[in-house]
Amino acid sequence: MTIIGIDILTFLIAAPAVGAVALLMLPSQMKGLVRFAALGISIVIAAISIVVFFAYNSMNTGAYGMVVDLPWFELIGVGWHLGIDGISAAMVLLTGILTPLAILVSFEIDDRVNMHMALILFFATGSFGVFAAMDLMIFFLFYELTLVPMYFIINQWGSVDGREYASKKFFIYSLGGSLGMLLAIQLIGWSVSTVPAEIVATLSETTPALLSYVAGSPSFDIGVITALWPALTTQIGGVFLGVDIQTVKTLAFLGFFIAFCIKVPVWPFHTWLPDAHSEAPTAGSMLLAGVMLKLGAYGFLRLVIPFFPDVWVGEIDILGAIQTNFATIFAVLAMLGVVLGAYSAFGQTDIKRLVAYSSVNHMGFVAMGLAVAALAYGQAYMTGSSVHIQDAILATNGAVLQMFNHGLSSAGMFLLAGGIYHKTHTRDMTQYGGFWVKAPILGGIFIFTSMASLGLPGLNGFVSEFLIVRGAWSVFTSLTVISMLGLLFTGGYILKGIRAVLHGPFNMHWKDHKLEIDLRELVAIAPLMALMLITGIAPNWILSVINASVSLMMGIPVQA
Amino acid sequence: MVETVSFPVLSLLIFIPIIAAVIILFLPREQKDLIKGIAVTAAFAVFVLGLFTFISYNNNHEMIRAAQDAIIAEGGESSATRMYDETLVFEERVVWVEALGITYHLGIDGLSAPMVLLTGMVTVTGVLMSWRIEDRTREFMAFFLLLVSGVFGVFVANDLFVLFFFYELAIFPMYLLIATWGWVKLREYAAMKLTLYILIGSVVALVGAIAMVLQANTFFVNDGAQIFANAVESGILPANSSELSFSITQLTLAAENGAFNLPFVGDISFANVWFPFIFLGFAVLAGVFPFHNWSPDGHVAAPTAVSMIHAGVLMKVGAYAALRVGIQLMPEGAHTHLPWIVFLTLINVVYGAFIAFRQRDFKYVIGFSSVSHMGLVSMGFATMNLVGMTGAGLQMFSHGAMTALFFGCVGMVYDRAHTRDIPSLGGFIKIMPWVGVAFIIGGLASMGMPGLSGFVAEFPIFQGMWEASPTTVLQIGSFSLTNYYAILVIIAALAIVITAAYVLRVTGQVFFGEFDRAKYPDVDDITLRERFILVFLGAPLILLGIYPSLIAPMLETGLRPVLALLGVAT
Amino acid sequence: MNEFNFLASLPSIAPEIGLTVMAVVILFLDLQLPDSQRRNLSIVTAVGLIGTALLTVAVWSPTPETTGLYWGGMIRFDLLAVIFKVMILFAAAITALIASDSTGIGRKGEFYLIMVVSSLGACLISGAADLIMVFLALETTTIPLYILAAFKRDDPRSSESGMKYFLFGSFASAILLYGLSWLYGFTGQTNLYAIAEYLGSPEFQINIVPVLAALALIIVGFGFKISAAPFHFWTPDVYEGAPTPVTAFLSVASKAGSFALLVRFLVATFPDTLIMDGQQVASFWINLMAVLAVISMTFGNIVALSQRNIKRLLAYSSIAQAGYTLIGVAAIQATGAYQGVEAVAAIAYYMFMYTFTNLLAFAVIIIFSEATGSESIRDFAGLSRRNPWMALTMTIALLSLSGVPPAAGFFGKFFLFNAAVQANLVWLAIIGVLNSIIALYYYLVVIKVMYVDSSEDDDKPITMSRTYSYVLGVVSVIVLLLGTFGVQPIYNWALSGARALLNI
Repeated sequence: MTIIGIDILTFLIAAPAVGAVALLMLPSQMKGLVRFAALGISIVIAAISIVVFFAYNSMNTGAYGMVVDLPWFELIGVGWHLGIDGISAAMVLLTGILTPLAILVSFEIDDRVNMHMALILFFATGSFGVFAAMDLMIFFLFYELTLVPMYFIINQWGSVDGREYASKKFFIYSLGGSLGMLLAIQLIGWSVSTVPAEIVATLSETTPALLSYVAGSPSFDIGVITALWPALTTQIGGVFLGVDIQTVKTLAFLGFFIAFCIKVPVWPFHTWLPDAHSEAPTAGSMLLAGVMLKLGAYGFLRLVIPFFPDVWVGEIDILGAIQTNFATIFAVLAMLGVVLGAYSAFGQTDIKRLVAYSSVNHMGFVAMGLAVAALAYGQAYMTGSSVHIQDAILATNGAVLQMFNHGLSSAGMFLLAGGIYHKTHTRDMTQYGGFWVKAPILGGIFIFTSMASLGLPGLNGFVSEFLIVRGAWSVFTSLTVISMLGLLFTGGYILKGIRAVLHGPFNMHWKDHKLEIDLRELVAIAPLMALMLITGIAPNWILSVINASVSLMMGIPVQA
Repeated sequence: MVETVSFPVLSLLIFIPIIAAVIILFLPREQKDLIKGIAVTAAFAVFVLGLFTFISYNNNHEMIRAAQDAIIAEGGESSATRMYDETLVFEERVVWVEALGITYHLGIDGLSAPMVLLTGMVTVTGVLMSWRIEDRTREFMAFFLLLVSGVFGVFVANDLFVLFFFYELAIFPMYLLIATWGWVKLREYAAMKLTLYILIGSVVALVGAIAMVLQANTFFVNDGAQIFANAVESGILPANSSELSFSITQLTLAAENGAFNLPFVGDISFANVWFPFIFLGFAVLAGVFPFHNWSPDGHVAAPTAVSMIHAGVLMKVGAYAALRVGIQLMPEGAHTHLPWIVFLTLINVVYGAFIAFRQRDFKYVIGFSSVSHMGLVSMGFATMNLVGMTGAGLQMFSHGAMTALFFGCVGMVYDRAHTRDIPSLGGFIKIMPWVGVAFIIGGLASMGMPGLSGFVAEFPIFQGMWEASPTTVLQIGSFSLTNYYAILVIIAALAIVITAAYVLRVTGQVFFGEFDRAKYPDVDDITLRERFILVFLGAPLILLGIYPSLIAPMLETGLRPVLALLGVAT
Repeated sequence: MNEFNFLASLPSIAPEIGLTVMAVVILFLDLQLPDSQRRNLSIVTAVGLIGTALLTVAVWSPTPETTGLYWGGMIRFDLLAVIFKVMILFAAAITALIASDSTGIGRKGEFYLIMVVSSLGACLISGAADLIMVFLALETTTIPLYILAAFKRDDPRSSESGMKYFLFGSFASAILLYGLSWLYGFTGQTNLYAIAEYLGSPEFQINIVPVLAALALIIVGFGFKISAAPFHFWTPDVYEGAPTPVTAFLSVASKAGSFALLVRFLVATFPDTLIMDGQQVASFWINLMAVLAVISMTFGNIVALSQRNIKRLLAYSSIAQAGYTLIGVAAIQATGAYQGVEAVAAIAYYMFMYTFTNLLAFAVIIIFSEATGSESIRDFAGLSRRNPWMALTMTIALLSLSGVPPAAGFFGKFFLFNAAVQANLVWLAIIGVLNSIIALYYYLVVIKVMYVDSSEDDDKPITMSRTYSYVLGVVSVIVLLLGTFGVQPIYNWALSGARALLNI
């Protein structure tokens, strides 16, 4: 499947970047032209991503589709290796949808418009690249690439007082986090070359990814690594780089783990997020919450779980007192994220910070689902079977769907919050009050979106959180129970937000301000609401796709 | 060996600048425009020639690689030398001082081809950058071109003596350029320091080289007579060559057949005795700790164009010579000594970045960042495997373009603001967006941001460190150390974050924030000429970042003989 | 020795004859020419000298057959002698040209006359093969130089330097003569080769010590002539005080001659085949030379660092240069396949290029001090603005002295160090290169002053006569050629000269 001779995925990745460069070429005075050009480009991109999604959907296998594999940097065995499965398809779709909306919202930007629009498009390139990458280097390349535009969006167009600090914190945090990952990637990419040929041969009977791989050469192909890197312990073990292989792997694991924990963010690695969110311009927050956080969760699912099954389930005992493993620790962190995220959200008076902490809370559920997946996958890999496989599939489906849903709802929330901020120029909710009177439509939308993120049955949030909880129940029962209590806080802060903004006595200070939502914002949020509703009522349009790949990953081939 | 043209491209590379310089000297000093015109013409001429050599090598590199594979497959005596001979193109051979076996022997291989291109680029931009020099323009341009021809000479020399000749030739004009046209506060001190540092290094290396040649001579006269005869017969060496020769090919032959592994002092082999002197002697110019001291002062004191060519190309000359003479000709020495020299490079990388972070002076930041990045190059050498050394090669090119771009940006800001004090600058991206964007691109490249050249260069270097970790052994007496490269690479990686930190800091303070019109009344946007410079240097960073195979494969062809000498299969 | 053949013997002293004729011509012209045309004397002298030089190369240079002892063993006629003669003649010619406009000298016939006589002596030295001839030739060289040094009678500095030079010089000659007389006493021979033969033969009974003492005395004598530390006291004052053209001449001509003699004397009289009491005499003087080399280089360079006056600077630099050359002398020791040919050739080459380089530097100084009346380095400030060409020429000269390509000095030093390494004197080579770095410092300072510093009379350009500009141009080109394209032929020439000396 190609567009003008370029395969569709490469095109999807390249198009935004090319568009961005084109935008930069436009004269910066003609703001209107620039804005609509950007919108046009992004809509085209969105269309392509939708095409990609449904095209993949029609294949109806869980396996990778639309695979491209071209030589790129032979020296270190890196190829331009792209392809998508159900999980990435969903994410590609999400990115595709959010980009034009973000651009539409940032029509409000008036300073260096074409630069701003271009950065948004660059960000899209980065995200598409991450989701479509089948090669670790390509993954990392785009993963890092997303940092840059986001940094500049926050640093240049953020709210004046805190943007310097916030953007720098965000950048250094993420870069420092991914440093360990970079080292781990290099270690892995080289060490697969130490796997003896005969082991490669035996493994390649079961894994097709190995067929084209020459034993003894370094490789960054995700498929190859998934097959060989765990084998280092299970098949070879012993001493590696002068220390016990298990230590090396644990270190490599931590490299990935921390990098993605910062991205997701998993408690306690989340501290950059509220600052970044609250200082970012609206579009920035939308993309940050809607897409960027998903990169982390996606990384867990695509890399950390398959690469380190042995580490996830490996016994750790803390001070000889507690016997546990990383999957459980991860689940605990997830639980804490859910509870404390909600709790801190409850304590906020700054509307954007409130939404930001809500992200911590919701991504906590994603993390919970991933933890289940990690445990089950690990057991299955080490012992050949796991009692939790079915639960894990449910939970993972839930997690992926939750990623999608949170993308929609948090983007929506930030859009609204940004809209209000744009009109009132304050983020302090105590200054608001009784907006419903002046802005009924805004109020309706606000409540709708809040409910979606609250997880009201019938809206999208419910489906995914239910799946996660259902999957996690029999695995991490107590943790799940506590997280459920966390949902109370969720309800609490959502209602608090609604109360502070819409109800209560009208703050006369705003009486001659226009508070009603603009048409532009309305157009921007409409598709989000539509998707929330559809997904809430009939989630299968996307869940089936996700499920196919998830079950395949968990070792159960989908019944076609 | 692939011959593609009949005319002496490489000699032209060397002599066009010289001739231009002489012509310029004979012009009346008032005719500044004519002088600049001639200079820029010469610069473009060499750039085009450099590009031409680069492309034609690039077109041949598959063929060369195939030929090398054939040699490896066939194996046999002095196969590494045969491989090296394969990589040389555009060879020129003229006897210079027959009695001492000095031949004016030029040729480029996969290592020098990118360097030649880089030199061409920096030359063009350097001349354009010095457009505003009003004081003794004639002398400035002349010396600048002289310097350029020296640099070209080193890169294309395939005779040890010729290499030294041009190496020293390049250093002197540098002195005058810095001392005369440099930054008043520092120039005399810095220029003198720089010249003495570099010359001490090179003359010590020169003595080593002479010793090396004589050693090879005795070897070929006695034990190696048969090998020599075979080599002459099989055409690796020209028919009329004598045992006493400075030809790098012939010395490679000697090295491969163990001429330098013979005992020299007591039972310590020649290579083990001389390697540190020769390698470090050249590495002084590459800024290896603790000999890096001249470089930041030198960069800061120099006029912009000179900083560009100095950090951009001249430091590469040092690294290149260290590789060519040190590692290629004394592999055993490399195996013995690089395992400890790597610690020096580590200090370069981390310490350089730290110091850069602490600077107030815009130009010092870049100066120390160069120290840090050149440390990565030497570190790549220290891996002694294909991935790492190719990474080093890529880093040489990438850092060359990047740092030239940096100094270009600094110069453009300084020309207008007349200060380099970071805290007192600010908001310049509003006035000169091009410079801002260029600096950001350079900065991202320097922090190894994927998609830019810095990443594709640094990644293989670190990768090579991992790869080298199990095999490299540091042997001091009875004490031996293994697997420490893995730790070094982890420490070195910290530099990436520090780099990011200072790049962000400088970008934030100089280009973002509020612009103070009252403070800088006469700051205006840059001219078309300066935009051209920025694009010219910025484009390669992106190109290489997106498509590293532009250079990597040809570097490999250049490095395979070296690795074969090191006993590493490629 | 075969029977005396006058015609066959002539070529061996043809240049000297030429010089004698010229001396007469100059004397005659000096009487005849009106004051207005006195200046042409320099041209005449120069043309004559260059003509002689060219004839020496083209017609009067020896073939392997004609190489040998002539005039009753007084003169050894070989290529090395010719090489040194050529450089001495060129030195004299260039000196004559650069003296043309210098006040108090340029228009005085006797200056040229005395200079020609002195060069005649220098030429004789380079071929001298007999104690008598050695001493005569040396005195013929130096006595005129005493006069020249004191040439400016009205200038006290000049007279002082003349007197100093005379005292030290005659002192040195005395010591030398004493040493020579010892040798004669031991052997009863005056011919160097005969002496060597006798010393080696069994009938020579005296033990080694007094011979070495004699050798030491002689070396001390030579040390004065080549101004090697610690026998250099006279150098700075004489260089500073003497009229600059004279300084230029004695800094190259007498030095070159003395080195020619030193090498020939040591190689001929104490060859390394000479064994006495089971000890190799050669190793004695070789070590002595190595030590002298180190002292001269280090002392010369370090003291030069603190000089304010350009002529004193060059004086100390010339001491250092003598040191470098002595490295070559020390390297004349056969080790294995290596027989010292490269060393002798290196000395010849170094002296050859040093002649032109140093004269180039002095030419600039003469022009400068004629124009400004100053010789202090500080006053060179802004020279590159006042006259870019002079600045460039001076730069080339200084670079050549410090051994930076593409100037001749690079090859000169390279050959010396190469010889040293071949002779297993790596340590000496290392000390040499490190010294050349020290030297580079003070040369660079001068260059820095010319290019970087600015003085209040930057805007007063310095003009020079056509003669001077030609001399500067031509000599700089020669210096550059000796560093690039000219190396091959000259070095080969020097090599064959060295072979001729060592009979290889």
